[in-house]
Order: sequence, then C-alpha cells, then structure tokens
Amino acid sequence: MVSLCSFISYYWEEEKRMNYFPDEVLEHVFDFVTSSRDRNALSQVCKSWYRIESSSRQKVFIGNCYAISPERVIERFPALKSIALKGKPHFADFNLVPHEWGGFVYPWIEAFARNRVGLEELRLKRMVVSDDSLELLSRSFANFKSLVLVSCEGFTTDGLAAIAANCRCLRELDLQENEVEDHRGHWLSCFHDSHTSLVSLNFACLKGDINLGVLERLVARSPNLRSLRLNRAVPFDTLQKILMQSPNLVDLGVGSYVHDPDSETYDKLVTAIEKCKSVRSLSGFLDVAPHCLPAFHSICPNLTSLNLSYAPGIQGGELTKLIRHCRKLQRLWILDCIGDKGLEVVASTCKDLQELRVFPSDPYIGHAAVTEEGLVAISSGCPKLHSILYFCQQMTNAALITVAKNCPNFIRFRLCILDPTKPDAVTQQPLDEGFGAIVHSCRGLRRLSLTGLLTDQVFLYIGMYAEQLEMLSIAFAGDSDKGMQYVLNGCKRLRKLEIRDSPFGNGALLMDVGKYEAMRSLWMSSCEVTLGGCKTLAKKMPRLNVEIMNENEQTDFIFDDAQKVDKMYLYRTLAGQRKDAPDFVWTL
Amino acid sequence: MSPEIGTHQLESDTAGDMNFKETELTLALPGESRTLKEMNGGKIGTKRGFLETVDLNLGSLRADCSDKDRNESENDVLTAAKPPAAKAQVVGWPPVRDYRKNAMKSCKYVKVAVDGAPYLRKVNLEMYNSYEQLLSALEDMFSCFTIRNYLNERKMVNGVENVPTYEDKDGDWMMLGDVPWKMFVESCKRLRLMKSSEANGLAPRTPSKCSSTSG
Repeated sequence: MVSLCSFISYYWEEEKRMNYFPDEVLEHVFDFVTSSRDRNALSQVCKSWYRIESSSRQKVFIGNCYAISPERVIERFPALKSIALKGKPHFADFNLVPHEWGGFVYPWIEAFARNRVGLEELRLKRMVVSDDSLELLSRSFANFKSLVLVSCEGFTTDGLAAIAANCRCLRELDLQENEVEDHRGHWLSCFHDSHTSLVSLNFACLKGDINLGVLERLVARSPNLRSLRLNRAVPFDTLQKILMQSPNLVDLGVGSYVHDPDSETYDKLVTAIEKCKSVRSLSGFLDVAPHCLPAFHSICPNLTSLNLSYAPGIQGGELTKLIRHCRKLQRLWILDCIGDKGLEVVASTCKDLQELRVFPSDPYIGHAAVTEEGLVAISSGCPKLHSILYFCQQMTNAALITVAKNCPNFIRFRLCILDPTKPDAVTQQPLDEGFGAIVHSCRGLRRLSLTGLLTDQVFLYIGMYAEQLEMLSIAFAGDSDKGMQYVLNGCKRLRKLEIRDSPFGNGALLMDVGKYEAMRSLWMSSCEVTLGGCKTLAKKMPRLNVEIMNENEQTDFIFDDAQKVDKMYLYRTLAGQRKDAPDFVWTL
Repeated sequence: MSPEIGTHQLESDTAGDMNFKETELTLALPGESRTLKEMNGGKIGTKRGFLETVDLNLGSLRADCSDKDRNESENDVLTAAKPPAAKAQVVGWPPVRDYRKNAMKSCKYVKVAVDGAPYLRKVNLEMYNSYEQLLSALEDMFSCFTIRNYLNERKMVNGVENVPTYEDKDGDWMMLGDVPWKMFVESCKRLRLMKSSEANGLAPRTPSKCSSTSG
C-alpha cells in the first residue's frame, strides 16, 4: 500500500496541470487502505489528500491518550466509528508506574457522546475505565458493536451489566487480563432475550461466579458466536453443554477443567469436541485435573493458536503429548515447565510456528525451567519464527549467535533472563556479542528487550544495525551515557524507549532533544538523570510533556537540580500539560 | 584476578569456579580485554543495584561464580543470615504482569512421588480443604497403591502400604497431618508416598495432634 501511495504521489507531482481525480474516486481508492500507518502516509501527500483522507477515515489508533485531545480527534475525523486508545506506559505492567498516575477513558467517551460521534468500536489498553464510563458508553451510541479491554482496571461487573443491557447491537465483548472487581451480580443476565448478535465473548479474567443457566441460554441464542472464553467458574459439565450448542466455534477458552475421566459427561465432551471442527484457537484450562487432555486431541491437528500459559496443572508428558498433535500451530504460549526437552518436541512438531512465548511458572521463586538449549532447538526447528518472548534461567552468546543464524526473520525478540545481570553461562562474558548477532542478522527487527550482563558495546551494535527498531526495553544494562547515545543516534525509527536501572544520565538525555518529537515516548527510572537535566529538556522542548514522579506516590519533591529523578516519563503531545495528573506527578 | 575481588569467599561451592576465568575463551574482538574492572566501568551503583536489593530467597540461585566475582557488598548479601538492609525485593522484576502472577499464585501445585511408581504427578493443593480430601484424591490418582490413612487406620491391599509424607519449606520431610491444613498448604513443597519401611526414620506423629488436623 505504501508503494501505491508513492506511485500516486509521483504521478500527482508529474501531472500537476492535468485534471485531478474527483474526491469520490480518491475516497474510493482510500477505502482499500486500512492500516493506520498507511492512512497516515496518505494524508501527508498533499492538502487535498489530507482533507479527503481525514473526512473518510473511520478507524483511528491513538498510541498515547495524552498525545492529543479527544476534541481534536473528533474535529479531524468526523466519520470516526472505531477507536483504539492506549493509556499507561508499558512499565506500568510491572508496577513501576504509581497506581493513580492516570489514563482515564471517561473524558474521551464524554467527548464522543457530546459530539454525537457514531462510535461502534472501542479498544482500550492500560486505561482506567470506571463503571460510569461504561454506563455512559452503553447509553450514548446506538450502533455500538465492539468493546475490547486489555489490561485495564477501575470497573466492576456493574459496568459490564450496563454494557450487556444497553448495547443492543453488541457483537463483541472481549475482556483480556483486566482487574475487575467482581460483584457477583447478574451481568450476564442483563443481555436481553432478544440479543442474538454475539460473535465474541471473553470473560476469562473475571474471578467470580456466574449463572450457568444464563450462560447456556445466551450461547444457545447466539448462532454467530465464534469466540468464547470462559472463566474459572464455568465447570466441566457446562462446558460440555455449551460445546454441543456451538459447534461452529473458532476460538475456545476453557475455564475449569476438573472432572472424572470415567464419567458419562466426559464421553459426551469427547463427542462434542469432535464436532467442533472449526476450532483454531484454544486457551484457558485455568483449573485442570490430571489426565484430562486426551479429549482435545481430536481438535489439535486443526489448531493454529494454543495458549496454555495459565495452566500450571498441565505437566510434562501430558503437555508434550498434546503438542505432538498440533502440527499446524502458528502461535504457542506456554509455561517454562515444558522444559528444554519439551521445546525440542515443539521444534520437531510445529514447523509453522511463528510466535512463541514461554512464561515462568514460578515468578516468585526466581528460577526458570528452560535455558538457552530450548531456544536453540526452537530456532533450528521453526524457520518461520518471527516473534518470541522467552523467560529463561540462563543464556549464552553462542546460543544467540546460532539463533540469529537460524531465524533471520525476527520482528520481535524479547529475552528475559530471570537474573537480569547474568553473563554468558559458559564463558562468563557479557552477552553483547549474542545480541549483536541478533540485530545484525534480523534486519526487520522492530521490537527488542534485552537482559543479561550487557555493556555499552551491545548498544553500539543496536545503533549500527537495528535500522527498523521501533521499541527497545532496557533493564540493568550499559556502562555510561554512550550506551543510550548509540541508540538515540542510530535507531532512526525508534518510537518507544523504556529504560530502568541503567547508568544513563543527562549527557545521554540531552544529546538530541529533537529526537523525542519523532518518538512516542521515553521512560527512564532509577537511572542517572537529574532534575536539572529534565528541566533543561522540558524548557527546550515545549511540545513534550516531561513528567517526573517520586517513588511510592510521595508528593514532596526535592527541589535540588542535582537530585536524581526516580521516574521520568516524557512524551510528545499536542494537548499540552494534562489536567488530570495527580499530586505526585510533576510536569516540568 | 582483578584486585577488587579481594579475598571474600562464600562458604559454599566457590573453589573450582574461581579459576575458571583465567582459562575461559572470550568472544570479544581481538585486542580487547574484558576484565571485570572494565565491565564494571567504575559505575557500580545503579547497574549492579539489582544484586544488592534482591531477596535472600533468590540468593541460592545466585551462588554461581559470575556474580560472586563482581561485587564485595554482594557477598555480604549472600552470606548474611538475615535479610539485607536494602529493599528485600526488586520492584517489577521479573517483568511479569500482576495478573499473571496472581493466576499462578492461586495454583499451589506440588509434585507427588510414589515409591514404586515410575512417574510423577502434580496436584493443586488449593483444590482441597482438608487432608481427607487430599488423600482420597491421591488414592484415586494412584489407585494401585494404598495410602495409609492419616488417622492411623491401615488399609492394606496386596500387602503394600504407603505413608504420605511431604517436604516442607525448610527441606525437612514430615508426615502428613501434624499441622493445620492451611499451614500445610503454605509450607508443602512436594509430596511423597513412602513405603512404610522407609518412613520409620521420620518423627512419629503424636496422637494428641489428631484433633487439630481438621483443617
């Protein structure tokens, strides 16, 4: 699509004096351009393209809810129907962002309602969503069809009840990993009897009980249901009944899977599963009893996506036996209890594997059950691999070099050694050479997270070779300002940089202040930047919000410029200083 | 060996590892020497802060030579019998979302080994509310063995008797039923159904504790 734009804009330049394309023609052409990036590119060709594109764009993505005001978005995109918003910075996932920092969706919903936007789809990530917001949302948009909340918080099942009751056209309610206060209400019952349009329902993250009869009836009257993810409160026999009702499911999240393998219900389940020939994605198993999985072996050959990362009850032999049936798998999320040997099974079975995530099953203990061997096995068996998140006990340069050679197509490479400053397990050297090989070999790399003993050298490599890098996460790495400078200098496409506990200071921060306007955001915590450095930056760059925060939400700032700053988060914005910042956040 | 390492030695397994550095191959470019001094770059502070602030529980995994060499203060952390004065836990490490951590936490899975069985199983202790429930689940799981009822009634089939025991947080092997159920769930690391003959070495249960094990 980008090349189409270049062609058209070239043609446009060449034929300035010729007749223009009528707006309707351009609009029709633009209809085929759907990705936000391509639409952004279109809008920059010339003024009339900007105008036509903006007036016809229906789907907008806002990577930082504080980068622009809702009013401005509405003004530019009057045809807006679908919006995705992100709130808190990524490190909020790991408790590095104080709890009351911000990211409220209410002002957006309120502005859309006030301006009578024909909102149909809302997708939020890391935002604070109150029940009031959900209530307002449910009452303000007659055609509202899809609500997707990822890693959000602030709402209860009462808010869900409002959505269920009032959004008569709702097709999709997808709740992923949210912190929801469960009032054990009857939110599911709030779907009207005449509500038959559900296509996707995911409530796996809810902790409370639900009315099973209501659920069964809802499923029974939803002929278009293709994606269903249940929570822990849905027991085995309900699952069996639901599957009998919905043989056309494409995506299934099993809730509780505790049962007696000798029961009649089990036999019924096997029959029901065999009928579900469309299931391509399987997840859940939030509670699981041993010896349960053979029932699913019949759908495994069709699976392209398998997420067992919330199922610590599935162990060793059963896990690998299941995976041996999954020859078409493209995406696999598992726990490290699979072990290096289990990963070898994956490598020999799942030749189409594109994305792998291996999570630690004991995050509190600090010990992972996989090593560099598992990663090497995967890389040699799965040539199509392009995304990996790998929590492991140790790594070596030799392994990373081998992985880089085997898989030059990585787009996302995230490695987390549980001891973050651990050197090469064999040579005791820093892991600079290993990660250097990754960035050198994987020319399309867009996202990188590093751990291990790392010096400024690895950042030199990143600056030199990681030309497409957009997001970089650094923890406990580097020796001096030079490390960060290499990155800022070299990575022309960098959008998000997040750094914790690394010795980068004002020298690096202030080296190229203009760079930050070409980026979405920069996070630095427990580094060497001082209040004075941040102030200098804020003064030079009025279109950046430079926020500094104290630990533990303390509101007493130390007014000494030489004082190191605990947490700094800066982002480009057209909206100026935000008005909803709590006391412990100081925007310079 | 770089001078900063000094003479601090850990009480545990350091000996063989300390000489390893001299003979190791390096993947660095020729002409570069990566001594520890250079790696430290004179800025020990924030970068090495992780080791200084880590919880002692993680310390046992840190007893490998790489970490031992680097930092004097870290040796104090590892050898101290009490938690370090600095923060006991590093915030946000490992980078796992709370949501995921909580989901794992509510699953207290422990391995179950049975003497004479060639396989291991896992049970989720959170799924049971009492020793009775747990033992009956174990009997179902290992149905060809008998499990000695914790109330001292022996069930004998095929003349085999297994005594349920567990390893607690301190690494001691105990008989099931001595402590209240919730305390047991907290401290149990794994289960083993021992042959009676081997269980003789364990401290016998005091009959007076029977009544306190209703969980």
